[in-house]
Amino acid sequence: MIHQNSPLAQKIVLISMILCCSGGWAGAQKTWVVCPDCPTPQIRQAITLAAPGDRIEIQTGDYHETNLVIDKPLHLQGIGQPVLHGETGNEIMIIASDSVRIEGLHFQSVPRSHLKDLAALRVQRKQHFIIRDNTFDDTFFAIYLEHAQYGEIENNRITGRAVTENSSGNGIHAWYCENLCIANNQVARHRDGIYLEFVNNSDITGNYSTGNIRYGLHFMFSNDNQYEHNTFRDNGAGVAVMFSKRINMRSNLFDHNWGRSSYGLLLKEIYDAEITENLFSNNTIAIHLEGAGRISYQHNTLERNGWAVRISGGCVENRFSDNKFLHNTMDVVLNGRMNDNSLAGNYWSEYTGYDLNHDGRGDIPFRPVKLFSYVISQAPESILLLRSLFIDLLNFSEKVNPAFTPADLTDPSPLMQAL
Amino acid sequence: MFKIMQYSFFDLMRSRWSYSYFGFFFLFTSALLWLSGDIAKVVISLLNVILILCPLIATMFGVMYYYNSREFTELLLAQPVKRIAIFWGQFLGLGFSLSLSLLLGIGIPFLAYGLLASMEIWHFSILLFNGVVLSFIFAGLSFLIALRYENRIRGFGLAILVWLFFAVLYDGFFLLLVMHFREYPLEKVALAATLLNPIDLSRILVLLQLDVSALMGYTGAVLQRFFGSGLGSILTLTSLVVWTTLPLLAIRWVAERKDF
Repeated sequence: MIHQNSPLAQKIVLISMILCCSGGWAGAQKTWVVCPDCPTPQIRQAITLAAPGDRIEIQTGDYHETNLVIDKPLHLQGIGQPVLHGETGNEIMIIASDSVRIEGLHFQSVPRSHLKDLAALRVQRKQHFIIRDNTFDDTFFAIYLEHAQYGEIENNRITGRAVTENSSGNGIHAWYCENLCIANNQVARHRDGIYLEFVNNSDITGNYSTGNIRYGLHFMFSNDNQYEHNTFRDNGAGVAVMFSKRINMRSNLFDHNWGRSSYGLLLKEIYDAEITENLFSNNTIAIHLEGAGRISYQHNTLERNGWAVRISGGCVENRFSDNKFLHNTMDVVLNGRMNDNSLAGNYWSEYTGYDLNHDGRGDIPFRPVKLFSYVISQAPESILLLRSLFIDLLNFSEKVNPAFTPADLTDPSPLMQAL
Repeated sequence: MFKIMQYSFFDLMRSRWSYSYFGFFFLFTSALLWLSGDIAKVVISLLNVILILCPLIATMFGVMYYYNSREFTELLLAQPVKRIAIFWGQFLGLGFSLSLSLLLGIGIPFLAYGLLASMEIWHFSILLFNGVVLSFIFAGLSFLIALRYENRIRGFGLAILVWLFFAVLYDGFFLLLVMHFREYPLEKVALAATLLNPIDLSRILVLLQLDVSALMGYTGAVLQRFFGSGLGSILTLTSLVVWTTLPLLAIRWVAERKDF
């Protein structure tokens, strides 16, 4: 939370410094109005005329201007969502100065390009920007941040038209950034809703990411980030965290990421993360682990997923405790050995044991791996027998007398009541 | 033949068995609907019940009905009626009465619950269609067995065995096959094996329509492509038709050679 406030403070210092240097207090903040019938009908004119620190008010209307380079600290405020139209081969706006603030604009249509990652709004190597309350519609990449720091991206509505992965861009794309705050945005129908590559110390809060063909939120080589209270619905995979360290994931909703290769949360080569109080419901695979290590999963609810947790090779020290596993087709699937991963003290809706000493913990261990899920991991074609009577019998007999399922994969102290 | 079918049909419709069969489905479906409140989920729950119960009841009922109406059959045989008309008539009567109990027993609660307003009507129809087809197939098989074996114990035993084979054992062999040859690409084999068992075929047809098909991964994708294609639909229908007509032809073959 500290660094959310600090950009503001730093900005104030910065702006006052600029004001002081550019001729003292004589030129206090001035407002330039842009509208189709005004003395300055073009945004570009206004940008040229304005002094650093000025405010430009853009009135309702259609503006066909592209490659608008903002090269001084300005505050662009849209009144009544003025529409900025893009055109083939060009971007709409480029922030090339520190302390720029963009509010209330509507960016419409940046045609896709197969050569360049064209964006509606690009931030290049700058700091302390605020992008707030804007609408991006049918833009190839909506917001593209490169080497940007201390930025706030808040309350934007971003809608794409992605059809295939190859021909589409990301909603919010950040590359080599630090200390970003991405909050309360709605991102839909892009390749990745929010894409972070080499992004550190950032907060992603309260976003709603839906209908993206690849991932709702995608971390690559990004460390020390946290995301909270986001909703990821109907994406190829809700969130993919890859090659990253120390990611804190809390109170997110992963809902209905459902399809042939869909995941709620995909973890690949990630270490030292904390996953707490999230709700995973109706995902094909709620959590998929591949080479994930030293991760603690606590107080999550996993309900009505195809597979609740799927553990592939190379996973160590994953600790599941106090989670609720409710009505999943398969609770846990393990490829390979249990290693030192542990499941202890979770609530399992399938558990049928008893608690004689009334300590709230079942007296017999729960085995979350059904024989059938073991068989499927061995021979995928056997999924054809899903919901057949034979399989129910098989699972039952294995439950009574375990012979094939990994002996060490048990919850030794399952909870009797869901917390 | 239709006269005899009518007689059998109305005779069966008056029997306690039909009522209890209807009653079971009616109560079960109503309970599920009112408890879960989600039509899509109820369709899944019903799937297993229909896949197991329809063949089982059809088998037991078929054998029982044949043995019980033996005197009537012998009386008919003495009349100037074609032999095959008697047996096919009885079979159709049985099949229709079972189907009617099933359709009404499941249909009424669904209609009362507002099925027509929901999007699940297509899944629901497929489910019912499969139930009806399975009833006919297994009624035919059981008639054939009963006709072939005079000994009731043996007839019952064999009928149960046939049901057990298709409902349970077949899947066991399938699993063995898949596990044993897991090094090889088995999608085509799996497909063929599915087509050969009406219960498996019905189950997969329903599952592919439902949301859960996403769980089937690559194999499911292959299946969906197959069943969605023209060839697939034709093969599926052919398989079901063959499964229905094969027992009928066999009944004729046995009936015409049998010395009553």
